[in-house]
Amino acid sequence: MFTSVDDVSARLAATGYLASPAVATTVFLADRLGKPLLVEGPAGVGKTELAKAVAEVAGARLVRLQCYEGVDESRALYEWNHAKQLLRISAGRDETWDETRTDIFSEEFLLTRPLLTAIRGDDPKVLLIDETDKADIEVEGLLLEVLSDFQVTVPELGTITATRRPFVVLTSNASRELSEALRRRCLFLHIGFPDEELERRIVRLKVPGLDAALAESVVRVVGALRAMDLRKVPSVAETIDWAHTLLALGADTLDETVVRDSMGVLLKHQDDVLKAAAKLDLDAV
Amino acid sequence: MTAPSAGAVSDRLTGLVAALRAHGVRIGTGETVDAAQAVAALGLADRELLREGLAATLLHGTGQRQVFDPVFDLYFPRGVGGPDGESADREDLRERLASALASGDQALMAGLAAEAVDGLGGYGASPGSDGWSSYQTLDRLRPQTLLARVRDDIRARSGGPEFADRLLDDEIRRRIEVFRGLVAAEARRRVAERRGRDEIARRAVAPTADRVDFLFAGKAQLAELRRTVQPLARKLATRLAARRRRAARGSIDLRRTLRGSLSTGGVPMRPVLRRRRPARPELVLLCDVSGSVSGFSDFTMLLVQALHDQFSKVRVFAFVNRIDEVTGLLVHGAADPEGLGARIRAEATLTGWHGSSDYGVALGEFAERHENAVGPRTTVFVLGDARTNMSDPNLPALRHIAERARRTYWLNPEQRSQWGTGDSAAPAYAGLVDMHECRTARQLGTLVTRLLPV
Ligand SMILES: Nc1ncnc2c1ncn2[C@@H]1O[C@H](COP(=O)(O)OP(=O)(O)OP(=O)(O)O)[C@@H](O)[C@H]1O
Ligand SMILES: [Mg+2]
Repeated sequence: MFTSVDDVSARLAATGYLASPAVATTVFLADRLGKPLLVEGPAGVGKTELAKAVAEVAGARLVRLQCYEGVDESRALYEWNHAKQLLRISAGRDETWDETRTDIFSEEFLLTRPLLTAIRGDDPKVLLIDETDKADIEVEGLLLEVLSDFQVTVPELGTITATRRPFVVLTSNASRELSEALRRRCLFLHIGFPDEELERRIVRLKVPGLDAALAESVVRVVGALRAMDLRKVPSVAETIDWAHTLLALGADTLDETVVRDSMGVLLKHQDDVLKAAAKLDLDAV
Repeated sequence: MTAPSAGAVSDRLTGLVAALRAHGVRIGTGETVDAAQAVAALGLADRELLREGLAATLLHGTGQRQVFDPVFDLYFPRGVGGPDGESADREDLRERLASALASGDQALMAGLAAEAVDGLGGYGASPGSDGWSSYQTLDRLRPQTLLARVRDDIRARSGGPEFADRLLDDEIRRRIEVFRGLVAAEARRRVAERRGRDEIARRAVAPTADRVDFLFAGKAQLAELRRTVQPLARKLATRLAARRRRAARGSIDLRRTLRGSLSTGGVPMRPVLRRRRPARPELVLLCDVSGSVSGFSDFTMLLVQALHDQFSKVRVFAFVNRIDEVTGLLVHGAADPEGLGARIRAEATLTGWHGSSDYGVALGEFAERHENAVGPRTTVFVLGDARTNMSDPNLPALRHIAERARRTYWLNPEQRSQWGTGDSAAPAYAGLVDMHECRTARQLGTLVTRLLPV
């Protein structure tokens, strides 16, 4: 899919995703080695966005499995459409039970879910398994099976094997430690907060109307807040939100008043706001 | 980096993997094969790409990176030998460092770190006793004293006063920290050329914070550990929630199952499980906060505080030779974890007429004055090394507490082989309650997941 690491960077950038060297290198390798990519990192650093950008670059369909507590096989893999099957049974055509049974366990009654969708068909796909850490540990067994062989067995239909393997991205906030076995299947990528230069470029790209000097100040202030011991430090998503807010407020430089009035966009906890105000010498907030 | 031959590269890779394994990173053969493929795909021309590629294939978690980077620097060094040219003198180095810090130019800073170690860091003349010291380099160069000069330099270059300028000092300090790290890495590289990288990779690379012994952790390591409290607490909370869910699963709620089956034509497709909603358990912590074990008890208290909404009630008592409740201090202390220990020692009554730990007196005082804190729903944790300074361990007091409580555990930060040596009453106490060795944050995490009631 890619000719070099630089090629990855350039093509991701063309979709609006600015990759650090670590991100570009790992995406390049995931493609070359044909391995799933496990992306870990704090909220709002562009994990989900990366998968979308790769899909766009590859001209691939994005198939997304959003994990949550309680997600199970019937949501992740496939499920029989019971209601439709019952209707078909009670429609009671003139046929033997064996015939009926063969019929109701056919494609027509199968509800495919993301994992199955991703391995069927010949079109290129990116499978995004988002927030894997939110799912229960049992689901990992399922992922492991699918990601090892890229095949799924539906007892009534047989084994379905991918003719074309999807590019797989798993994301995690590390709220739960994923199992060793799953980690071993994957290339590992930690996305942390970007360095100043990269974050400036992200801000300029996402908020084009913002003055360059102001963008620089924005990134410096956010960097200072990240160095503090806060309950929740601002992420890239918050930096972008703050830049948008400043643009909307018509600010062309930072000063005490502007920062104080817009601080709520960056920090979500009142004690963090107080600490930051002290650090930034803002008068009583 | 001078391009090594293919055989040399695979030797280095093997060495790198062995060194990482020695630091507890679990790497299988599959990963080693992937790493070799990564090297083939990326080539050797760009060292930073190689670093990222090897990290992606060999590592499985974020915490391993801080071990990986220094080890990588040893096996795939920036270069060989010292920098070309004669060694620079101190004033000239400081001059150039100031301007590199002002522009924040990392490549320049790395070059200067190499020159600094070469010119200022060498010691000893005879082979075998000579080497390169980052400590000596930094002591002679004193980069921290460049702050004012760098600040003036940046101010003079920039347009005019700016809001973000109030952050300047901190920003410069962070750059100086980066430079200190570069010097440390360079000194390790030079030493490794002398003594062999395998040995240096094992000895001179610090373990990850969660594997550092509480009892031997330095100030910086304790600070780093404190930063892991919130993420660790989040992780543990999810595990506790999972255990709680499993405990609550079980019997089928027939009425709700039938109601749910209406959508499937009366066929009960999805059994509905009855949810027990047991009252959340109560927790009592008795913590030795005397100097010898304070790193351990401070960390554990912060962790438990971060987990407090998992319990219906958490009460924390601290002692040295007298015991006092510190629950309130802890609740307010969450915002300022560094100051917690000092505040507890300043504001609570923990010592009588001498300053060393006395478990017997402290346990006795607890059993007498606070026994109502412990009831049939309470799990008690005692934290400490059980070193009583030769005084009476007062076993009846601990027995009394354990009889009132639902469960009682003792977490001991000392290595098990030390229990019972000298003034340690650990074996006597371990005869009454479950005592566990708990030397590192990693062990604590595992124990907490296993032992905390749900
Ligand atoms: N390198 C980047 N280039 C372009 N945009 C980025 C980059 N990093 C982050 N962003 C922007 O930051 C926002 C947050 O990204 P995203 O939702 O992907 O974060 P996330 O890591 O998935 O967070 P969460 O863990 O909360 O799901 C997006 O609007 C995205 O556009
Ligand atoms: Mg996301």
